[in-house]
Amino acid sequence: MAVQKLPLAKALNESLRKALETDPKVVIMGLDVGKLGGVFRITDGLQKDFGEDRVVDTPLAESGIVGTAIGLALRGYRPVVEIQFDGFVFPAYDQIVTQLAKMRARSLGTVKMPVVIRIPYGGGIGAVEHHSESPESLFAHVAGLKVVTPANSSDAYWMLQQAIQSDDPVIFFEPKRRYWDKGEVDTEAIPGELHKARVAREGTDLTLLAYGPMVKTCLEAAAAAAEEGKSVEVVDLRSISPLDFDTIQASVEKTRRLVVVHEAPVFFGSGAEIAARITERCFYHLEAPVLRVGGYHAPYPPARLEEEYLPGLDRVLDAVDRSLAY
Amino acid sequence: MTVESTAARKTTRRSSGTKRTASASTSTTKKATAATASEPELVQLLTPEGERVQHPDYDIDLSAEELRGLYRDMVLTRRFDAEATALQRQGELGLWASLLGQEAAQIGSGRALRDDDYVFPTYREHGVAWCRGVDPTNLLGMFRGVNNGGWDPNSNNFHLYTIVLGSQTLHATGYAMGIAKDGADSAVLAYFGDGASSQGDVNESFVFSAVYNAPVVFFCQNNQWAISEPIEKQTRVPLYQRAAGFGFPGVRVDGNDVLACLAVTRSALERARRGEGPTLIEAFTYRMAAHTTSDDPTRYRRDTEREAWEAKDPILRLKTYLENEGHADAAFFEELEAESEALGKHVREVVRAMPVPDHMAMFDHTYADGHALVDEERAQFAAYQESFEGGETE
Repeated sequence: MAVQKLPLAKALNESLRKALETDPKVVIMGLDVGKLGGVFRITDGLQKDFGEDRVVDTPLAESGIVGTAIGLALRGYRPVVEIQFDGFVFPAYDQIVTQLAKMRARSLGTVKMPVVIRIPYGGGIGAVEHHSESPESLFAHVAGLKVVTPANSSDAYWMLQQAIQSDDPVIFFEPKRRYWDKGEVDTEAIPGELHKARVAREGTDLTLLAYGPMVKTCLEAAAAAAEEGKSVEVVDLRSISPLDFDTIQASVEKTRRLVVVHEAPVFFGSGAEIAARITERCFYHLEAPVLRVGGYHAPYPPARLEEEYLPGLDRVLDAVDRSLAY
Repeated sequence: MTVESTAARKTTRRSSGTKRTASASTSTTKKATAATASEPELVQLLTPEGERVQHPDYDIDLSAEELRGLYRDMVLTRRFDAEATALQRQGELGLWASLLGQEAAQIGSGRALRDDDYVFPTYREHGVAWCRGVDPTNLLGMFRGVNNGGWDPNSNNFHLYTIVLGSQTLHATGYAMGIAKDGADSAVLAYFGDGASSQGDVNESFVFSAVYNAPVVFFCQNNQWAISEPIEKQTRVPLYQRAAGFGFPGVRVDGNDVLACLAVTRSALERARRGEGPTLIEAFTYRMAAHTTSDDPTRYRRDTEREAWEAKDPILRLKTYLENEGHADAAFFEELEAESEALGKHVREVVRAMPVPDHMAMFDHTYADGHALVDEERAQFAAYQESFEGGETE
């Protein structure tokens, strides 16, 4: 059955299964990825079918997980590492930034680092501290890393396939609050390019640019705006490093207005980079300054406050109105 | 009890190969000595006076040619190191991290390796690089500032120098896990120092290697100083004893005794090959020079300390032994002297001729599969350079 309707989490699981089947060098590593199948069950059933040698429960030490994954990659393996939650990646940040990202350049291109680091990220699930963060710009800032994030089941399946096939290290951010959203996955399709943005909804008056969990929010905002007679285009960025500025530029030259939406704090967030570059590229096309909607410059709040912290339908529509008012 | 006190020159030798399995674990149970004790308990086969002594757990039987080979390795490594220090003083290198005093630790351990073994060095393993057949001038690129590595790790199974302390011990462990997955019988030798022993990564590598029984040997050169911080700032127990807490053997070896370093490392590598897991070797040695050419040891340690260690010089003791045993004649030493000078000259010439890379090279190898931003910025940079009259800036 080539086309199936799968929750995003199951699409990731199927993608990992496919990778384990097709490439004997693929190794899954992380905490609780074996019998438990990961805390979000993304690796469910994989250790049972592929053995403890290929789906490896590791000691509880993130730097150790990534550091040994680097060593395995040097030996010719393709490790796919699971970090349990966004806020727990930081013990491994040193290995990712000083070692994983730079190894190829330091070797003058003689070694490759085909390591995927999967990180469930973002809020909206009522979790405790350190379980709801969006640290993507901290990785996008580092040369040598690629950073991607799917927003739907089809992209979850295919982008993970492509990330595993890449000879570069890929930080693969998974929108954890969308894990249970269902979507069609065609496992025999010819996938698009990993680092290309996608127009998720056509429009003419304004472009909403989002990725990961905020794509759904922006699609809902565009539908609401349409009821008020506003034609809003939604672009799903998919890849944060590299950024597909050609697709963004084409959309902005059409709509002349851009609002960037992400859960991560606005300050030094990916929206800042996009605003700067689109202002350079599209200065004479813009009818309004590029606006950003995102988290605040405060620690991620306790769960009872996260609905106010995270960009929701109303805050996105407020930004749409402010942009259109110029 | 020190080994010296019971040693007699050329006493009966235990046939090689016996007692190997029990060797390392025996050492962990010995009485603890303070990390800074003047005569630490350690495995020694050649005394500072050049006397061959026996150890109940380790033995080595080398031909005169092999002994001369170890001597040659140490002399040439020291000569290369001195040349690099001089080149830094002449402004040809930006920095140099000297291995002076650690030749025995590096040559002894390095010569214990098989070709299919893999080494993960710090940034001071010039002697190990020599043993692996890495062209010594390749080591100088990063210190001259023309690259950040510059050799293919897989051509000599010698990984790039790692400057962030301890990171490479995890890479070594992961590589060893890969060897085990492949069903190969190679082993990995991971270097680090007394300072890095405090790093989380080193301790995590102990955990991972123990849990997975990975074929890796951790070779800690305890050279007593982490820049200005003495070993007391890193540990309250002798470093080799830490291994016991992770569930694998640890052994302290005289790091200035090339024979002991070779015997102990060989034994640990064999143990790893047999699938018996990691070993921690603490090579007790001394950093005779500054941490790097940017360091000033007169601010934190006394000359008398260095003088005490000069009496334990790794090269001198082997020379004494070679001479006393009649294993090397005057012609050998003269030829080696000439070879040393030729090496120094070669290094000087290669370094001075080392080209500054093309400025476009800074973009190279950032990614294997390309990256739109790198392409864009490379093009912008090229256009900027070409905007100057005559194209290039210089």
